[in-house]
Amino acid sequence: MLTGVCLLAIRSDRLRRCLVIAVTALLVAASIALAIKLAPNDLTALKFDPQVIGHVMEALEVAMAGFVIYIGLRRGRPLIAALMLGQFALMAWFGFQHGDGLQVERQLLVDRFSIIMALIIGITGGLICLYALGYMREFHEDYHPEIQDRRPFFFSLLFVFLGAMFGVVFANNLIWLYFFWEVTTLCSFLLIGYKQNDESIANALRALTYNLIGGLGFAIAIVWFFHRSGSIELTTLMRAAPVVAIVPAALLAFAGITKSAQFPFTGWLLGAMVAPTPVSALLHSATMVNAGVYLIIRLAPVLQGSMAGTVVALVGAVTFLVASLAAIGTSDAKKLLAYSTVANLGLIVICGGIGTYEAVWAGVLLIVFHAVAKCLLFLCVGVIEHKLHSRDIEQMGGLVLKLPRLSVMLQIGIAGMFLAPFGMLISKWAVLKAVVDANPLIALFLVFGSAPTLFFWVKWLGKLLQISGPAENVEHGIDRLEWFALSVLSVLTTLTCILFPLISTHLVEPYVTEIYGQSGHLAYGNLLIMSLMLVMVALFPLSFFNYGWRGKVMDAYLGGGNVGGSTRFQAPMGAVHDVRMSNYYFADILNEAQVFRTGVTIGVLLSLILLGVLIWL
Amino acid sequence: MNPFVRLLIYLVFAPLVGGLLAGIDRIVTARMQSRLGPPIWQPFYDVWKLWQKENVVVRRSQNYYIFFFLLFVIFTGALFFAGFDLLLMVFALTLAGIFFVLAAYKASSPYSFIGAERELIQMMAYEPMVLLTAVGMYLATGSFYVHDIAGRSTSLIWTLPGVFLGFLFILIIKFRKSPFDLSLSHHAHQELVRGITTEFSGGALALIEVAHWYENVLLLSWVYLFFTASPILGVAAALTVFLFLILVDNTFARLKWQIALKSAWVVTLVLGFGNIVALTFL
Repeated sequence: MLTGVCLLAIRSDRLRRCLVIAVTALLVAASIALAIKLAPNDLTALKFDPQVIGHVMEALEVAMAGFVIYIGLRRGRPLIAALMLGQFALMAWFGFQHGDGLQVERQLLVDRFSIIMALIIGITGGLICLYALGYMREFHEDYHPEIQDRRPFFFSLLFVFLGAMFGVVFANNLIWLYFFWEVTTLCSFLLIGYKQNDESIANALRALTYNLIGGLGFAIAIVWFFHRSGSIELTTLMRAAPVVAIVPAALLAFAGITKSAQFPFTGWLLGAMVAPTPVSALLHSATMVNAGVYLIIRLAPVLQGSMAGTVVALVGAVTFLVASLAAIGTSDAKKLLAYSTVANLGLIVICGGIGTYEAVWAGVLLIVFHAVAKCLLFLCVGVIEHKLHSRDIEQMGGLVLKLPRLSVMLQIGIAGMFLAPFGMLISKWAVLKAVVDANPLIALFLVFGSAPTLFFWVKWLGKLLQISGPAENVEHGIDRLEWFALSVLSVLTTLTCILFPLISTHLVEPYVTEIYGQSGHLAYGNLLIMSLMLVMVALFPLSFFNYGWRGKVMDAYLGGGNVGGSTRFQAPMGAVHDVRMSNYYFADILNEAQVFRTGVTIGVLLSLILLGVLIWL
Repeated sequence: MNPFVRLLIYLVFAPLVGGLLAGIDRIVTARMQSRLGPPIWQPFYDVWKLWQKENVVVRRSQNYYIFFFLLFVIFTGALFFAGFDLLLMVFALTLAGIFFVLAAYKASSPYSFIGAERELIQMMAYEPMVLLTAVGMYLATGSFYVHDIAGRSTSLIWTLPGVFLGFLFILIIKFRKSPFDLSLSHHAHQELVRGITTEFSGGALALIEVAHWYENVLLLSWVYLFFTASPILGVAAALTVFLFLILVDNTFARLKWQIALKSAWVVTLVLGFGNIVALTFL
């Protein structure tokens, strides 16, 4: 956070570069050190007086509320102002009423789950910052000279954002958690609106509105929980009896649903694409959406077996199915990634809603694998967009020739998202098992949702491989830091897969065991099979070593009318046409906009049911 | 029987059985069309002949994908016969299918491209039912392991009739039989030419053929899993299913992919999921 303030002041590009690299290295080192040390007790002993921190937060909160209300009024969005005013008034009233009586035993919560989250935030977030250094320079200097260069502001926000995320995952005091929660909302608003054109401002405001709705739920949850139990600690909430805990837990889960862009709140994450790519990557993998699912997974023990939990799981299930179907209908790479994020978050929300030990185990694994692979994909698309001046998947035919190294990285990322034996698939498999054990009816959404997932990933993959005519290699002038971030992420995607058993046994299983007394795990035999498959898949790239070894190369069959190769053909009346091949998008039976609207309708319905359940309780 | 012995038997005899089934298919089909048909060993002669041919490709790397397709099909079957997890097996089979599709994309010819697209649509059509079959078997037996399911003394067909019928429906797609032979026509004079395999010849085509033999044996063995109480009944059922598929192949014209997708999903929802709902609540 402090870095953020410094960066605001630094105007020189070179200086900024050095500082960002240094801080990122520190960030990554700190997260890893924390993971190795695994010493929760040392850290809870804060060097600072929590009272002081509390006051600083209060002051900042007042400033934030003022700013948001101002924005709401200035942009003619009274809803934003009202939502902010509502939760601010509630929190302020709460503060005045109980300000001094609040007893908080542990301000911070450092356990294996928050350390996993910190690793994700530190490593992927750090890499995104490095990448952004190169990307934003190209963005302003080469591609978008018309947009006002506000890089100091941009980088300072990135670090404030990451700082707030660390706050979210380490806070145990719910008021602190709420504070950091609101900071992430505000940061995402500012980052999405970075370009300051009409579209980005509108989308930023939408993101703000949706997240404030969740924030309101959060604020009510705190007040409610305090009035029932006299505590404002997350750990108390996790262990409280269902009678006390279920309502605030459901409200917090609702806040998580808004933050994780589940239906009906999906719109803001799709709209967030207008921001520069590093922001999308940050929102989709390292920060924002993870905050939502983090909270839901934390609350899983409370939600388990309850009516509210089932509704939350249904929200996730519907989101998974609808977002997967909608993803078929788009050829915009970033939008496809956004839908896939939403779908995968849906899976994690299902896990949280079900809340059994198996489900939580699978959910945490999903968070890890998704963050790494999705980050890689977004960053790849960012470079491709700059190089091809388009992020349309249909334009990516022959990418193997145009951007060979990048296309390999993209292939790793895509494979990491849905193919056996990569982590995502193992986790999906675990989710399916957990769901079948807990509630076979939700399994329906899973089996129907995973089929379209397969379809849209493979057709993209196929498009990358397909070659239509000779193409020029344009893979030059890419910043070294961009390459660095991309390479590390590609390695990480593969590595998390190889190290899957270690991640599971050393980080995830102990956490789940701590809470439930038992944990999901991968049976030895299945582990063996997975490793075997991994070895086999790893052999595949090796087959390219005998490239051009044997065999006669001939032109493709074009109905007998080839003109000088496989890419042009002779049509009637002597006309010569280029061969064009496009993927199916099902515009007639699965219209993307229509599917999306259906999702929102069902989402609103489910949210109302959730609300009904709360009132009924 | 020792799983390793079973595995070994599968690896050696599956292509033999698969090839013979293909031969039977050709003879039965011919008789249905009032022809005499080729000798029963013809598929083996064909593969042998293909293997002798020159290796002709459009893109140099296209055949690597085919090799991995075969490898993963064999691996999937190995998982099944060694008694491992059904879901894992489904995922491995999907991976194999994806290699096949990618090979066609790599070839970059319009016909193989459209074949690849249609193959993907077919995968999307049958995948939910395949997963639900595994889920249904799990709900009925309490285990995903083929080993446990096969060891039961009561047949699953009595508890999972809907799942069985749904599975039968998608087997038509999996066996690439009319009316759902969308991605790969057996007769290269139609609108698709040869669809997904248009640009594959010689050895690569032989590998694809062998992979299909392995796959068919695997799928029919899965049919057998519904009839574990009596092995004789199980084998008879598998053969009946196979003959039924040939009959369907010869009585239907090809349908559009939209119909294939929608009908497969409706069948999955009604028969497959209906059965599972009944199983959960009764």
